Parts: sequence; structure tokens; C-alpha cells
Amino acid sequence: MTMRRLINLKRVEARRIYLTYFIVIAAYVICQTMSSTKFLSSSMRGMLVPICAYMVMAISLNLVVGISGELSLGHAGFMSVGAFSGVATAILLQKVLPFAPARLAIAMIVAAIFAAIAGFLIGIPVLRLKGDYLAIVTLAFGEIIKSLLNNFYFGVDSGGLHFSMLTDTTRLLKGGRLIIRGPMGISGIQKIATFPAGFILVMIALMVVFNLVNSRSGRAFMAIRDDRIAAESIGLDITKYKMMAFVTSAALAGAAGALFAMNYSTIVANKFDFNTSILILVFVVLGGQGNMLGGIIAAAVLTILPEKLRQFSEYRMLLYAVVLIVMMLATNNAEIKYFLSRLNPFRRKEEAE
Amino acid sequence: MRAKTKYVTMPSKTILPERDAAREPVLECVNLGITLGGIKAVEDFNFTLGRTEIAGLIGPNGAGKTTVFNLLTKVYQPTTGTILLNGKDTHGMNTMQVNKAGIARTFQNIRLFKNLSVADNVKAAMNNDMHYNMLSSILRLPNYKREEIAAHRRALKLLSIFDMQDMADVRAGSLPYGAQRRLEIVRALATNPSLLLLDEPAAGMNPSETADLMDNIRKIHEMFQIAILLIEHDMSLVMNICEGICVLNFGHIIAKGTPDEIQSNPAVVEAYLGRKKEA
Repeated sequence: MTMRRLINLKRVEARRIYLTYFIVIAAYVICQTMSSTKFLSSSMRGMLVPICAYMVMAISLNLVVGISGELSLGHAGFMSVGAFSGVATAILLQKVLPFAPARLAIAMIVAAIFAAIAGFLIGIPVLRLKGDYLAIVTLAFGEIIKSLLNNFYFGVDSGGLHFSMLTDTTRLLKGGRLIIRGPMGISGIQKIATFPAGFILVMIALMVVFNLVNSRSGRAFMAIRDDRIAAESIGLDITKYKMMAFVTSAALAGAAGALFAMNYSTIVANKFDFNTSILILVFVVLGGQGNMLGGIIAAAVLTILPEKLRQFSEYRMLLYAVVLIVMMLATNNAEIKYFLSRLNPFRRKEEAE
Repeated sequence: MRAKTKYVTMPSKTILPERDAAREPVLECVNLGITLGGIKAVEDFNFTLGRTEIAGLIGPNGAGKTTVFNLLTKVYQPTTGTILLNGKDTHGMNTMQVNKAGIARTFQNIRLFKNLSVADNVKAAMNNDMHYNMLSSILRLPNYKREEIAAHRRALKLLSIFDMQDMADVRAGSLPYGAQRRLEIVRALATNPSLLLLDEPAAGMNPSETADLMDNIRKIHEMFQIAILLIEHDMSLVMNICEGICVLNFGHIIAKGTPDEIQSNPAVVEAYLGRKKEA
């Protein structure tokens, strides 16, 4: 070409994908070594699994917000569906399957399936909407899931599984166990979530999203995002692809929810409220929409930050907010962006000319 | 200038190019009409297009040309009349289904997938030709690789028609204007249409770019042997490459015929230039 050389998008993207995998693996190796050599404080060690869960949430929401271009404000809802179904599965399997990692894996798979079903059911009405309306309705559905789980009772005894809504009418036989206890949630959870399991889940989520994005489905997601009318004109099934992205994202969120829940002894539905949905959205927006690595880093930083600010006691949340505002401004400032791009060692070939 | 096309009148009173007379027309509109906000934007649109015909749809601004395209591609559902595509009624179809049935289009104001690469814009349009499922793509199974490689080859081949294969990995939104217009045509061709609708393909082009575009339209017409219907204000382009021309004004067809017939048609002259003042 005679004019200025244009950026080779394919090369930039491939590089970004490898860089993301590399950084995640490197971070895991470093944290794992630090953790085993007792270099990491116990409070930090306790945060490794939630950080992994939030990273997966960020990746999963990025598929909807960044790749598919729809604003979803109810993502914590899918996380809670996954958390409750996953933990319930793990408890049910406790006697049958003593090997914890296998139990965790099955629990996460079940959680992903349940969350995917929830995503599908919610997707049917929600994906008919566009833009702001879609965002508000997802918010509403997130709250509906929370209230449903707050009123859900689930127990097991020798007679089988028992469900009830609003009040506990399960009437379990002696020796039975009420697993989900409405607003009390689930308690007495075995903490079987481990950092390596979290790392594997992050890697799986990355693989799912990256490979999906670089396939015909991913092209369809992005084509619909960029121009819906043109996408229809080339024969893309808008509803199908929007649903595919939404359900995949819900499934990943469900698995993350199960991982998250099994790091605590008690879990309640109120943990997964609107604030959590917004927090996850903040990871995505701060990290850059469509930028998986950015979302992952934002998830890690914003989970650690409140802990690190503990020394400022009552000013903690104020400082957190200030830091957040400064980071948002900094990442969206053209001059700072340019400065940062100059620091990028890969830059020179494409943009220098 | 192309050789003059010989037209024949069919028993059904439709007029087709002689070479297409033996085959079913690609498009048949019967009494097509639409009312938009109480105004009859298009009315009694009767139009037939031969299997390999290049036709032009012209008329002053606001005549309803783009509305006809939007009716054909079901962006609007017609209020009256029928559209037969390859002999099949498109009633009740949506844009996506009409594309699968064989209509591809470009847009007056370019609508590319700006953040995708040039090759991905073309490959997105091949989606319905690809069959691997989500699991194959996540696990990178052999059929994923096979189909992706085949699609990429085909995309490059299509891009090479317009000499754009070197730009395959460039972001579509960063292409120069003329290249964006060409990419839109390539993307439309990638869906294997039997009818290609071009909405003002030469808009914003200088004379030499327009001349290139004419060559390119002829080239794809020869290569793919498809029907092309185009809206255009550039009369040199219309008169040069269109075999048949249909003139719209205020939503009605005011003239149909070959370029020579249209040029000397008083109704057309009036629509474009206004009535001659009585001396």
C-alpha cells in the first residue's frame, strides 16, 4: 500500500491473547510460590480464590458487554445461581465422592449448567430489548434471582430431595439435612475451593472466550455489535447469537459462583446483590471493554485494594472511590493512553511509521 | 460502452433480456407498496429482473429508491403486493431469511463491521456456509480448522477481485473511503447472492474511482453471473452499465426501458429538470 501502513489487527490480537495467557500463568506461579513459602500474608492467601472467581466473572461479563455489546447489570444473579446449585451439589456428593477436587469440578459443572439454564430463560425476554432497556431489565432479573433464592428451601433426607418456597415446608425425616435455608443461605460448607482450581477455571474461561471470539460465532457477536442492520443483511441470526453469548457468559459466571461460594463456610443470597453486579461491571469498564487482560487485572486490583486500604480504617471506602475515579480518568485520557502505548515494547513495528 | 441488450416480452407481459428469457426471473415485484407514516412511499411497484440482468433504479431524491431496497430486503414489510424471489414468495420472511434466499445488499451510508478486520468482515458473511458448532470452536476440533482455513482462502479470493487481499488483516474502519465501499460489495458477494443490490455505490467517488467501480461491477457480473440492481445518481455510471433502467418519482414508476429510451423520455426529463415553461 502506498499510504501509511495500517495496523495489522490479526497480529495485534494474537499477541494480546498470548500475553494474557502468559501473564495469568506467570501470576499463578508467582502467587503459588509466594503462598507455599509463606511469603504471602494469610489475609492475602484467603483472597486468592475470590480473586480468581472475580476474574472469571470479569471475563464472562466481558463476553456480553465487550464482545456482544450489551450492557448487563444482573451478572451477580448468575453467580448466585451457580453458587447455590454448586454448593448444594457438593454437599449432596459429600458421602459418595470423598475426593474433594473431583467434587469441586462436578459442582462447578452443575453450577455452570444451572446458570446457563437461568441465562437462557432470562435471555428469552431480555434479548428482545436493546441498549439501556436491556440493562435495566437485567438489573431487575438479578434482583428477582436474589429474592427467589432468599425464599428457597432445599433439603435432603432418606426420602429424597425436598423443595419449598417462602416457608420451610420440607419436613425432613430424621437424619435429613436442610441444605438451602432461605435467607440464611447455606452454612457448614466444606471449603474445598483451592487456588489451583481457581487458576484452572480462569484458564478455561479465557480459553472458552478467546476461542469463541476467534470463530464464526465470535465474528457474528462482534458483527452484530458493530452494525445490527448490516449483520441481518448478511444473514446472521441476531437472536441466536445474542443468546449464545448470553448463555455462555451465564455458564461461566455460574462456575465462578460455585468456586467463590466454596471458599467460605457460609453463603447467603444477599451477597450477590446489585453492588456485586456493578463491581463486576467496573472490572470490565476499567479494564477496557473487550479487553480480557484488562478486566482480569482490574478484578485483582479492585479486590486487593479494599484490603490494603484497611490501615486507613474509616477512610477506606472513600479512598477506594477516589482511586477508582482516578483510574477511570487515567485509563480514558488520550494523552495518558498515548504515554502508556509508548511504553509498550511491541508497539514500534505497527505504529512507529 | 456495453453492447446493447436485446429485450423480449414474455407471455406474462414481463420484459426480460433475451439471454435470460428461458429462465425464471430472479425477482418479480407485483403491485408492491408501502405506507410510511400515512404517506404512500412506494405504490404499484411492478418490476421484473432477469437472472443475469444489470438494472438501475433512478429518480430524484426522496423518490423511494432506498425504500424499494428496504422492501426487497424486508427492512420494511410491504403493506401491499408480493415479492417473488427466484419464483418463491418472500411473504413473512425477515431480513436474514431473505438473505439466505439470495438477496445481498450494500448500504447508502456504509455499514461495515468497523472493529473487525477486513477478512473477518467477509468471513462473517460466510457464516451460513460454515457448519462447525460452538464446541468445535472452543476445543479447536479438526472441522473448525478445516472450515476456517477454507473460509479464509475464499475470503482472500473474493478480496482479490477488488485487489484488496493485502488489506485482509487491517481494521475495516481504518480503510479509506473507496476501499470501504468495495469491501461492502465483497461482503455482500460472500453470502452467495443471486441478486445483488447496490445502494449508491459511487456516492462520494471521484470520476476515476467511479470508472474503476464500473469496471469492477462488470467484472463481478461476468464472474458470478448474477443479477444486479443498483441505485445511483451518477448518470454516466447508470447509462454505461445498466441494461434496463427503472425511474421512480414520488413512489411511482414513471418510466422503464433501456438507457436510450430513458434518456429521451419526456417524463424522466421533467422529473429531473422540471416542466418546460410555456413560451
